[in-house]
Amino acid sequence: MGEGIYTKREDGRAFTDVRSMKANVGIVPSADGSASFETGKTKAIAVVRGPRTLHPQHMQNAQTGILRVSYGMMPFSVEDRIRPGPNRRSEEISKVTEWALSSVVDLSGFPNTVVDVFVQIPQADAGTRVAGINAAALALAHAGIPMKEMVSAIGVGKIDKTLVVDLDKFEDSVFHDGEGSTDIPVVVTSRTKEIALLQLDGKISVDEFKQTIEMAKKACDDVLKVQIDALKNMSEVKDE
Amino acid sequence: MSNFIIPNLQKEKIESYLKEGKRLDGRKAEEYRELFVEDGVSENSASAVRVRFGKTEVLAGVHLALAVPYPDSPDSGTFMTSAELHPMASQQFDIGRPGINSVELARVIDRGIRESGFIDMKKLCIKEGEKVYQVFVDIVAINDDGNLLDVAGLAALIALGRARMPIYNEEEDKIEGYSETEKIPLENDVLSFSMTFHKVGNVIVADVGHEEEAISKFRLTVAMGDNGGVPRITAMQKGKAGTISSDDMETILKLAESKWAEMFPKVKEYVFK
Repeated sequence: MGEGIYTKREDGRAFTDVRSMKANVGIVPSADGSASFETGKTKAIAVVRGPRTLHPQHMQNAQTGILRVSYGMMPFSVEDRIRPGPNRRSEEISKVTEWALSSVVDLSGFPNTVVDVFVQIPQADAGTRVAGINAAALALAHAGIPMKEMVSAIGVGKIDKTLVVDLDKFEDSVFHDGEGSTDIPVVVTSRTKEIALLQLDGKISVDEFKQTIEMAKKACDDVLKVQIDALKNMSEVKDE
Repeated sequence: MSNFIIPNLQKEKIESYLKEGKRLDGRKAEEYRELFVEDGVSENSASAVRVRFGKTEVLAGVHLALAVPYPDSPDSGTFMTSAELHPMASQQFDIGRPGINSVELARVIDRGIRESGFIDMKKLCIKEGEKVYQVFVDIVAINDDGNLLDVAGLAALIALGRARMPIYNEEEDKIEGYSETEKIPLENDVLSFSMTFHKVGNVIVADVGHEEEAISKFRLTVAMGDNGGVPRITAMQKGKAGTISSDDMETILKLAESKWAEMFPKVKEYVFK
C-alpha cells in the first residue's frame, strides 16, 4: 500500500481492524426473533415476525414462504433529520438485504407465508446496511427460521491508496483527497465463504479489489464470532 | 430485472444448451448483442436517444432546469436520474409508483455517473448559493428482453454525451431552449460503463435475454473506467439471492476486463460523437 496520504486512522485502529462490536439477542419480547448489533457508533436493531400468512393473497407462493425485508434509518439517526418513511435509498438497501438473507434461509417448509424482517438504525456512523444485516441474521436465527448457514457482513474499501476494513463516517463520506474513498459492503456466508451481497462505489484496480475481498472474508470471521457468542449468551427479556 | 414465469422445461433446455457453450439465440456465453444507437428522439430536450441491444430497447433524454443548489455544495449543479419501467415494455411492469426494479436501476445508474464525476458540476453553477442548473436524466424502457441495466446505463451516458447547454435568459430568469453548438460540460477522461453478468445454470453469461435473466441465480454488475489503458473498477452491484464463489468471481473479473477492452473504444465513440 505504501506511499498514500492516508497513513493513520483517527481512532487509532489498524487498517485491518474492525471497530468494537456488540451484539444482543432477544431485545424485543413480543417478536418471534430480535437482535441488536453495534459497530463503533453505528447501531442497528432487527426484528423478525413470522412465518405468518402473506397478504395480499396473490403475493403468496405455494411452493415456499418468502422473506420480506424493510430497512430504515430513524429520523434522529444522523445530523440532518431524515423524513420518516421509505425513500429510494432505503428501498434499495431493503432489497439487497433481502437478497443477502434469502441466500441462506430455507422457507420451503412454510408455503404461502411471509417472514418479515424489520431493520432500523437508531444511530449511524457509516456501515448501517452491514450492521443491519448482522443484526437481521441474528434475529432470524433467534426466531428459529431454518438457515443453511449464517451470514456476516462488513464494509471494506480504499481510502486514497490504503486498503481498509470497517470504514467509519469520516472514511466513508468525508474523505475526498488523493484517490478518494471507495466503499464496498460485503456479506460472506459462514460455511461456504461465498459472497451474498456486494456493492461498490469509487475507483479501485482489479487486484486491489481482490485483496479487499480477502480482507472482508477475514473480518467476517470476527463478526461471526461476535454473532455466535450473542446467540450462546442470549438472555430472554420476559414478556410480562 | 425480470420476474417472468419460465416453464421448467425451458429452464432445463437453456441450462443444458449452456453446458455445451450454446445459447438459444445462437450467441456464445460471453457474447453481447449488437448495439444500436439512434439520435433525435425529441428536439425539445437537451438530447434524447434510442439505444438497443438486440430486442431490449430504451429511450433516454436529458433536460436541464434552473434550481437552488444544495447548502453543502453551493457552487455545484445538481443531478437526478429516474427510470420508468413502463408497462408497454413488458407484461410484468405496472402503471404507477416506481417499483423496486426501477428504483434500483435508477440508483445504480445515478451513482455510477455521480460518483465518477462524469458531469462537471462546478461549471453548471450560475450564481453561487443561489442558482445552478439541475441535470435530469430520464430513462424509459420500451421493450425488455433482458439486461435493461446495461442498456439503460449506456443510454444515459450517450444521452449525456450529446446533451446541449440550455440558453439562459438572465432578465426573465428562465431557460429558452437549447444551444445548437455548446454541449454540457463533461469530464471525458472518467467515462466508465457497466457490464452485467449472470450465473445461469453453472455458467457465467453476459448480456442476458429475458428468459436467462428470469432463471439466473445471481447477477453482478461491474462498471469499469480507463486508468491509463488498464480497466479500473468504478462501481459494483450484486443482485438476486444466489451467492458468488471465489471461482465465479475470478471468471467474472477476467471476463469484465476483456469485454471492457473490446467495448470501451466503441462506447467512447458513441458517447462523444
